[in-house]
Amino acid sequence: MSVLNGVSYGLLLFMLSAGLTLIFSMMGVLNFAHASFYMLGAYFAFQVSEWTNYWVAFLVAPMLVALMGGLFERFILRKTHKFGHVAELLVTFGLSFVILELVQLIWGRTAVDYKVPAALDGSLFKLFNSSFPEYRAFMMLVAVGMLVGLFLMLKKTRIGLVIQAALTHPETTEALGHNVPRVFAMVFAGGCALAGLAGVIGGNAFITEPGMAQAVGAIIFVVVVVGGMGSLGGALIASVLIGLMQTFAVGLDWSFIGGLKSLGVEVTPETFGYPVWKLKLSQVGPILPYLLLVVMLVVRPKGIMGTRDD
Amino acid sequence: MSTYALELSNVTKSFGKTAIIRGVNLAVSKGERVAVIGPNGAGKSTLFNLISGRFEPTSGSIKLHGTEIIGQRPYEISRRGLARSFQITNIFSRLSVFENLRCAALYASGQKYSFWKPLSKLTELNDRTEALMASIELKRRRDVPASLLTYSEQRALEVGITIAGGGDVILLDEPTAGMSHSETDRFVHLIRTVTVGKTLLTVEHDMGVVFGLADRIAVLVYGEVIAFDTPDKVRADPKVQEAYLGAVLESEGAH
Amino acid sequence: MTSPNSSTPSALRPLHFKPLNGVRIVVWTTYALILLALPLVAQSSFALTLLCMTGIAAVACLSYNMLLGQAGMLSFGHAVYTGLGTFVAIQTMNKILGGWPLPMWLVPLVGGFAGLGFGALLGYVTTRKAGTPFSMITLGVGELVFASALMFPEFFGGEAGINSNRTGGTGWLHDLGLTFGPQIQVYYLIAIYLFICTAAMYAFTMTPLGRIANAVRDNAERAEFVGYDTRWVRYLIVMVSSFFAGVAGGLTALNVEAATADLLHGVRSGGYLLFTFLGGVGFFFGPIIGAVLLVFSLVVLSEITKAWQLYVGVIFLIMVVYAPGGFSALLMLNLRRIKYGEWRKMRWPYAGMMFFGLIALWGIAAIVEMAYQIQVAAGSGSEVTIAGIALDSSSHTSWAVAIAVMVAGGAAFEYWRRKFAKVWSDGEERIAEAAKKAEAAIV
Repeated sequence: MSVLNGVSYGLLLFMLSAGLTLIFSMMGVLNFAHASFYMLGAYFAFQVSEWTNYWVAFLVAPMLVALMGGLFERFILRKTHKFGHVAELLVTFGLSFVILELVQLIWGRTAVDYKVPAALDGSLFKLFNSSFPEYRAFMMLVAVGMLVGLFLMLKKTRIGLVIQAALTHPETTEALGHNVPRVFAMVFAGGCALAGLAGVIGGNAFITEPGMAQAVGAIIFVVVVVGGMGSLGGALIASVLIGLMQTFAVGLDWSFIGGLKSLGVEVTPETFGYPVWKLKLSQVGPILPYLLLVVMLVVRPKGIMGTRDD
Repeated sequence: MSTYALELSNVTKSFGKTAIIRGVNLAVSKGERVAVIGPNGAGKSTLFNLISGRFEPTSGSIKLHGTEIIGQRPYEISRRGLARSFQITNIFSRLSVFENLRCAALYASGQKYSFWKPLSKLTELNDRTEALMASIELKRRRDVPASLLTYSEQRALEVGITIAGGGDVILLDEPTAGMSHSETDRFVHLIRTVTVGKTLLTVEHDMGVVFGLADRIAVLVYGEVIAFDTPDKVRADPKVQEAYLGAVLESEGAH
Repeated sequence: MTSPNSSTPSALRPLHFKPLNGVRIVVWTTYALILLALPLVAQSSFALTLLCMTGIAAVACLSYNMLLGQAGMLSFGHAVYTGLGTFVAIQTMNKILGGWPLPMWLVPLVGGFAGLGFGALLGYVTTRKAGTPFSMITLGVGELVFASALMFPEFFGGEAGINSNRTGGTGWLHDLGLTFGPQIQVYYLIAIYLFICTAAMYAFTMTPLGRIANAVRDNAERAEFVGYDTRWVRYLIVMVSSFFAGVAGGLTALNVEAATADLLHGVRSGGYLLFTFLGGVGFFFGPIIGAVLLVFSLVVLSEITKAWQLYVGVIFLIMVVYAPGGFSALLMLNLRRIKYGEWRKMRWPYAGMMFFGLIALWGIAAIVEMAYQIQVAAGSGSEVTIAGIALDSSSHTSWAVAIAVMVAGGAAFEYWRRKFAKVWSDGEERIAEAAKKAEAAIV
């Protein structure tokens, strides 16, 4: 059960980090506001489903987010291109800040009640007394569908070919007559749409509140670095790994003390380093991804499937 | 000479399945001036990248003054006395001309990572930098940020940065690229003056420069050195004529 | 002052002449005098508190700019070093109260060494990669440290944090009355540390390591090819920057006499980034301006309007796109104008832009404030006052007026902005020509 929960959370993380990776690989821009677009997706979906219903929101919200992303790229991000990557990162950082304020302005500082639609609000099956929610299965379905769709589009369509070319050789691709700036705008908007879609399905599964962007933002950075910069496959592995880690850790009350006891070592409050030993896995859960990041960087800086070693 | 300044043995380099360098053998003696020529795509820049440590060869050996340097990072190779310039100007854009040259000379001057002495007190380093700046004729542009220089000024700075560290094996990657005829002549004279006594390897397309500057010419075609000899012998070599020089030689005549 | 080489004819010996020494002495003396005299300008204890906060923020922002402006390293986790400096300092203060024979005024230095230590430890991990990955890693490490703080209440005091008292301790200075009880004493301690740290950080920029950091910023690859292990350079810079960050943290411990986990939070790191950038990363004194803006926004602006974070965020965005050099660059550009005699032509364009800009700003502020009134402070009625003019956020008229003013003001502003841009670029051309002429005069 935890495995399925972990995998579904991991797939959600992958939806987010896939968009981030695409934007970074293509344009060299680290979209600091990526998690903010996730948040916008959730809030737009909430609002639209208040006015109409969930299914309309499912279609409309990601498109709205894509529109916002495209407008931002066209009118603001593009202007910072000449100042270099630091400026681009700064402008997305500023955007994340402004989006947070605007979201709080429009919807308030507390969580909104973005609900799972009644049709999906049941239990799919029961396993050893715990039920696996239908909605989680739906989430996984959407995530996998998006993955497959992305793969097909990149590998099998003409536009995907152009995107792949522009990924490594934008000038050449432009010289061949393709409108590379438009491709960039599309990729950026597309990445944001993915984030928005993740928000649509994640916002009601978890929680829709102003803090959701910050909560997930740092983790997707970890996913991208651990998976290897620019590698979608690595991002997938890292996402699922982290999803599983966090889901399992929350439920487990192990601590070093227990582990050491089984080895025959007694730990008392007087033992040196007691504050570390007494930590329970459930307490440590939130920082496991970051510990993984540190270990990765020390042991294998280029990540799970990273291509470059700089 | 017991050891060559630079010795390449059976060096190969493949990027994935594409073999760029297919087995290069080259032995450059100390103080020699070698020009590396070849058609586009022959792998000349790749060869420089392999020697200077930017890439690692797939196989083979590269020895600098007799010591194997494969696997070493660029900064380690630079500290051993090998310096290279870049075909696409690779300077410190926001620093002034003077600072560019001084930074390039800084490690070799022994300062390394020190932070307890101000730069202004390093008189010997500063004097040498001033002299270098004068020799590449950029004294007038001393405090101009490098990004604001003209193209040929930047190329001059590029060479200046390369030799500032005092390396004795210099690799110049198409130093006169994009220059007009008169600029090229002046530049070649500059290169000749500042690299006196050093071992020089240049990649060049301009045959006039090649025949005027080089003691020996290495001809690189499809990742292999098909000839490595004095200019006259190379010109007469039928393999070279067939692969590369043919039409070009006829038009250039003897420079 | 010529080099002692008797074989070179004297005319050809290089000159070592430093005409700028005089200017330098004036600048630093003025700086010291300003720091000394500021409390005389501050009439209330509130103002004195602001000065203290600004001084500390200046050390923090200057230390941040060692990473960003000097070495081109964008860190999202600087609060880790200031925060850990504060925690180590506060624990030290408690130890002093418990009997350690260390004078209180050395506590910031302890904070500095704590910063250095953590910089060495964490910097090893964060500098494994450069550029954008580095930024991502600093965010992750920042989250790691912040989350860890809540896991070790023994050191970090849990939710409540750790408290202390700066008036304790022993030593002959203490007996003479230097107890740091009065805020003015704290101010002067901060001022002294600020002056010394500023001087040290400035001197650092003129050293080999400082200059190589610039080279690594501009072109890390080339720096490798001229003999430098750029990873080592970046690691060293992180350590030096963390030292000064720790000093700022230590000063905070003395000033506030408390340390809580939110000192390590990512939002605080973001604040250092944002305001250092606003101040300007290209000039050494930029971060000091940034520190002033930081304290102003955090303390003063937040009292005036609930929308202050939105305003700061939008101003930041505008600056990144249109003035990435920050306020210090804007200042220097205008000073350069004055030097070349081009400023007088700018008077009318500036005036036009300012006048209509303020009008448009009124309209924007009206809309934002009314929106905030509806959302955030609905309980206190619907009235909002912008610059003395009262509006009612529930009335359509108010909204219509605000929008109209914004649009009209905006249009007029845009007209003057275009004029300004034209006059500015004409002036830039003339300045460039004048500079060229001056250059040609160099033999």
